[in-house]
Amino acid sequence: MPVIKINNLSKSYGEIHAVRNVSLEVAKGSIFGFLGPNGAGKTTTINILCTLLKPTSGTASIAGYDCNTESSGVRNHIGIVFQDTTLDKDLTAYENLLFHAYLYSVKRKDRKKKIEDSLEFVGLYERRHDLVKKFSGGMKRRLEVARGLIHDPEVLFLDEPTLGLDPQSRSNLWEFITKLPEKQGVTVFMTTHYMEEAEVCDQIAIIDRGSIIAQGTPNELKKSIGGDIIYIKTSDNEKAASDIEKLLNLKPTIKNGEIYVTVERGDTCLPELIRTLGESVLSVRLQRPTLNDVFLQLTGKQIRDVEISAGATLKENVRSHRRKFGRD
Amino acid sequence: MAEINAVYVLIARDLKKFVREKSRLLSTLARPVIWLFLVGGGMSRLVSDSMGMPYIQFIFPGILGMTILFGSIFSSISIIWDKEFGLMKEILVAPVSRFSIVIGKALSGSLISLLQATMILLISPIIGIDLGLQQIIYALAVSFLLAFCISSLGIIIATFFESFESFSAIMNFIVMPMFFLSGAMYPVQKLPDILKGVSKVNPLTYGVDALKHALLQDSRFTDFSIAMDIGVLIAASIIFVSIAGYLFTKRI
Repeated sequence: MPVIKINNLSKSYGEIHAVRNVSLEVAKGSIFGFLGPNGAGKTTTINILCTLLKPTSGTASIAGYDCNTESSGVRNHIGIVFQDTTLDKDLTAYENLLFHAYLYSVKRKDRKKKIEDSLEFVGLYERRHDLVKKFSGGMKRRLEVARGLIHDPEVLFLDEPTLGLDPQSRSNLWEFITKLPEKQGVTVFMTTHYMEEAEVCDQIAIIDRGSIIAQGTPNELKKSIGGDIIYIKTSDNEKAASDIEKLLNLKPTIKNGEIYVTVERGDTCLPELIRTLGESVLSVRLQRPTLNDVFLQLTGKQIRDVEISAGATLKENVRSHRRKFGRD
Repeated sequence: MAEINAVYVLIARDLKKFVREKSRLLSTLARPVIWLFLVGGGMSRLVSDSMGMPYIQFIFPGILGMTILFGSIFSSISIIWDKEFGLMKEILVAPVSRFSIVIGKALSGSLISLLQATMILLISPIIGIDLGLQQIIYALAVSFLLAFCISSLGIIIATFFESFESFSAIMNFIVMPMFFLSGAMYPVQKLPDILKGVSKVNPLTYGVDALKHALLQDSRFTDFSIAMDIGVLIAASIIFVSIAGYLFTKRI
């Protein structure tokens, strides 16, 4: 049963098309990754889903509530961790969550327990009476995740949750993001432009310049670009290459003193290759495609390049449009 | 119920922070006291004889008005702070109406100003103004109404600015002129026509006038009737809070 349904969603700012005809479904209890370079339309889509923006056309619904017409229903059933910190630094961790509990009308008798439970879940219970301005970036992000959970949302949105965190806080954060569906019964919808982080997702959609260019599980996406690559060095590369072609029916190429072949499943093909070539093998290396390779294949660009050029200018255009004409 | 919870928690947050930041509390009280004793005391020598009342007593309602003006404006434009540092987004995605947010903010500004005004009222015996209970209640009621009006105006201002860099512009072009053209320091009747016109559309003028009614009880110093003062303040409050509610849904 999909908990989020998006159908032909578009958002334009005058001539600028931030989101074009996006359609997708997110299954209940899954972790969904929305990938793409900065300025691809991820945050715009999230803002529409969170009822902060009205779409130009198309529909979206969360837990059965229409994002355009039933904003109060949607808001009651989602939790959000925005890209930038949205905590009150002059209040304590506990007070920040209490503030949230009131805004979401959490029942009086449940308030304290819910707040303490979620502080416990993110490992900040001991620090609950400290002012947030004393917290590190990673702690603030965890506190925001905790805050997003106290009204028992159906969907938790995480917009670039690891942006600006050091590697340790990042892996720490990932550890409990992946536990969320099981422990808190919440569906996670996250955006990221770090492709390697999206590996933990059950489903992924890749967006570029406002349009979705690929959807599937991480494995499906990686398979779609032709599978694994095996690099072999032998004492006689010429002979080995022709053997591989004849005996295993593959298409090897020799490059830089190495043979490389693309195969569907590297893990099962590798032993076969070594058996075939016997003692002439000097070294072997298996490379699995990453989601970065997927993006590269689909767009012909590295995700980091796109960020600087198209992403930056689109963002700037959208902002100046907003300044001129207001939010909607 | 959701809306009442939201209004309550917005007020509770601001009050908690107001009480917690001792330096802010101190500085908001220092300004009116400095004005009252340094400006008021200094000017007393110059003008007292011709007025029929010590100058320091004459400006006391104006200084109370000033306390409310600054307290309310500062409280409301903390919205700009919240926009810049993110908390406003958390408030805006919550399942509460924009209008409740405006009401919550306007009420928190009013209550904080009322607290400050109460503390300034405690000075009155020192400068020779003796107040009865009825006058105090009357002055506090006017203070609250004025504070609500100015807080709502502050919210309107806050919707137009994205960062706190605009703070000095707000001070110089809105707050200070409002203060000087309110009759707080000198009677507005003696101003040139154009400035007199401006002072007549300044809500603070009516607030200060109502405070003069309450505290001085001398019709030589008031410009309008009490009914007119209160009427204008109520009308301005309703207009400002409606505009603020509209702008909040449109702009933020």
